[in-house]
Amino acid sequence: MPNPPTPTRVKPSTLAKTLGRAVIVALLVLLALTFIFPFVWQILISLSALTDVDLLTQTGFPPALQPENFITIFQRVDLARYFFNSFFIAGWVTILQVITCSMAAYAFSRIQWPGRDKVFLLYLATLMVPAVVLMVPNFVVVLKLGMFDDYSGLILPSAFSAYGTFLLRQFMLTVPSSLDEAAAIDGASHWRIFTTIMLPLARPGIIVMAIFAFLFNYNSFFWPLIITKTANLRVLPVGLLQFESSYGQETPLIMAGSLLAMLPPIIIFLVLQKYLVKGIQLGAVKG
Amino acid sequence: MAQVTLKNVAKVYDKKIRAVEDVNIQITDGEFLVFVGPSGCGKSTTLRMIAGLEEISEGTISIGDHVVNDVHPKDRDIAMVFQNYALYPHMTVYKNMAFGLMLRKLPREKIDKLVRDAAKLLDIAHLLDRKPKALSGGQRQRVALGRAIVREPAVFLFDEPLSNLDAKLRATTRTELKKLHARLKTTTIYVTHDQIEAMTLGDRIVVMSDGRVQQIDTPLNVYKRPANRFVGAFVGATPMNFLEGILESADGRFFFVAGETARIALPAEFSSALADHIGNTLSLGFRPSAMREASPADPQDERITLRTILVEPLGKNADVSCEFPDGTHVLARIDAREDFPVNADVQFTLEMKHVHIFEPGEFGANLVHPPADILAPAAV
Ligand SMILES: Nc1ncnc2c1ncn2[C@@H]1O[C@H](COP(=O)(O)OP(=O)(O)O)[C@@H](O)[C@H]1O
Ligand SMILES: [Mg+2]
Repeated sequence: MPNPPTPTRVKPSTLAKTLGRAVIVALLVLLALTFIFPFVWQILISLSALTDVDLLTQTGFPPALQPENFITIFQRVDLARYFFNSFFIAGWVTILQVITCSMAAYAFSRIQWPGRDKVFLLYLATLMVPAVVLMVPNFVVVLKLGMFDDYSGLILPSAFSAYGTFLLRQFMLTVPSSLDEAAAIDGASHWRIFTTIMLPLARPGIIVMAIFAFLFNYNSFFWPLIITKTANLRVLPVGLLQFESSYGQETPLIMAGSLLAMLPPIIIFLVLQKYLVKGIQLGAVKG
Repeated sequence: MAQVTLKNVAKVYDKKIRAVEDVNIQITDGEFLVFVGPSGCGKSTTLRMIAGLEEISEGTISIGDHVVNDVHPKDRDIAMVFQNYALYPHMTVYKNMAFGLMLRKLPREKIDKLVRDAAKLLDIAHLLDRKPKALSGGQRQRVALGRAIVREPAVFLFDEPLSNLDAKLRATTRTELKKLHARLKTTTIYVTHDQIEAMTLGDRIVVMSDGRVQQIDTPLNVYKRPANRFVGAFVGATPMNFLEGILESADGRFFFVAGETARIALPAEFSSALADHIGNTLSLGFRPSAMREASPADPQDERITLRTILVEPLGKNADVSCEFPDGTHVLARIDAREDFPVNADVQFTLEMKHVHIFEPGEFGANLVHPPADILAPAAV
């Protein structure tokens, strides 16, 4: 007969549990504060006058708030245009990557062709090459193709991603192959299986991949910097660079601009968080 | 409706693994043929070659009058039910069943009628708007079946369609499958590892092991005239008992001598079949039901003496676990009686018409009751 635990034995164990939980919560709060600190700092700077920035490090708070910074940045540079450019480019890259990567992932996970797995390894190997190394050759190609200083030069080089292909391939491998076999017997071609069976079933994976693609390209800085010269083509990070000149840095304006630039990714993350978590779990544990 | 012919079919995976070897089968129109064998023996591979899901490495497969080696699965006029049912998770039951018909561009009203008729036949009409996730295992199985029959194919292919169901549901679904086949009369090829399923469903059974066909025959013949030791051991609800021994002859009679433990006189009918094997090591196989308690009338040299260990009453019968003095285990199925002695030496008689003698080895041929002609198609 299992005896119900006596109250005297319960108490210490619950106490220990509560204590343990308190320690964990305290640690987590500390960690959260550490992560949040730079943001708070950024907000404070973005609300300060340029002349007060140095003071901040001593007082921890600006002597006078200057929220006009957020208006100034729109007056000084064409921030709306940069926002549009960033969205436009990242949006197109995301759309193109979803198309190309899902098709490639299907070919790598569902179609048997000679040398398939070796080619896939080769693709994976390209992930090991640092982007900086590819910068110059890519630049030359884009230049020769006449895409320099044009949206096409900003979008097309990122229209395919080995990482996205890898992610979606792994995801598609978790879809039982008997589904496509049943569909093939039902009379579906590869294209039909891809569009009516695989794409709907890989949706969580595609959403994750799309979020990654958008965030990564929304943040990209160096490539847009070297591939454009027209002001109209500037993306947010490049545009904010104008507050930095040989005379010095207008830190509050940069902070205000980047704060605004950060909002969309944060919103995207908050809205699509459940897909991200679900997608990552699905990808890891099997669908 | 179609007949299916496999000629010298073999499957080689990755250029070296020979999963299926030299399969020759003629499946008649309307026949229910069951492939049975232990896991990994090549049943699914054979079925998948018929379906067109696996390339045929060697030999030819014909459906109807056409060699289909290079024909795409969708053009083979087949439908397949998978072990995991392979229902499209994002489609309703209706769409699951209609998908193949839509791809074949049938008129809408025709599709609707076919789907609803099949759903009615399978008693799933009330589930048509559900997604597979919201169905029980048995319901999913029916939907998979429905998806196959709406297509009205020439051949049904089943790969272990019942193995994900619980025992009770499996038994009832088995009966329904049999009824369904009697009604539709579509040529059916069915794969299972469960020999009871094979015995109850098949017009003929193909017993496979190690990628090779061991026997093709009616269920009764497979049971009564196993082609070799493997088939004898695999088929039947209770495993066959085997004794290893040497064939001796004395005074014009043959004896099976298993060391010190038994010396069994063999009937005269066996003589011609065994004449060439005197002095050879052979194995004697008999089912538990081929044993009975010896009665005083039975000749002494057809009896064996065994030590009884355990009695399991089954109602009309009882299973008795016994041992020879050397420890060889034997199961006997006898008429039940109240006071059967346990832990005692008991004499049993073997019914010689149910005793088989096999050549040595796992696949040793049945010498005394070989199948009449292993390649003859069953009369349908
Ligand atoms: N895709 C494959 N690649 C290599 N070997 C395989 C493959 N599929 C099956 N096999 C091998 O072929 C043999 C037969 O498999 P299978 O037909 O699935 O057996 P069964 O259905 O009778 O259990 C097994 O030994 C299995 O390991
Ligand atoms: Mg199998």
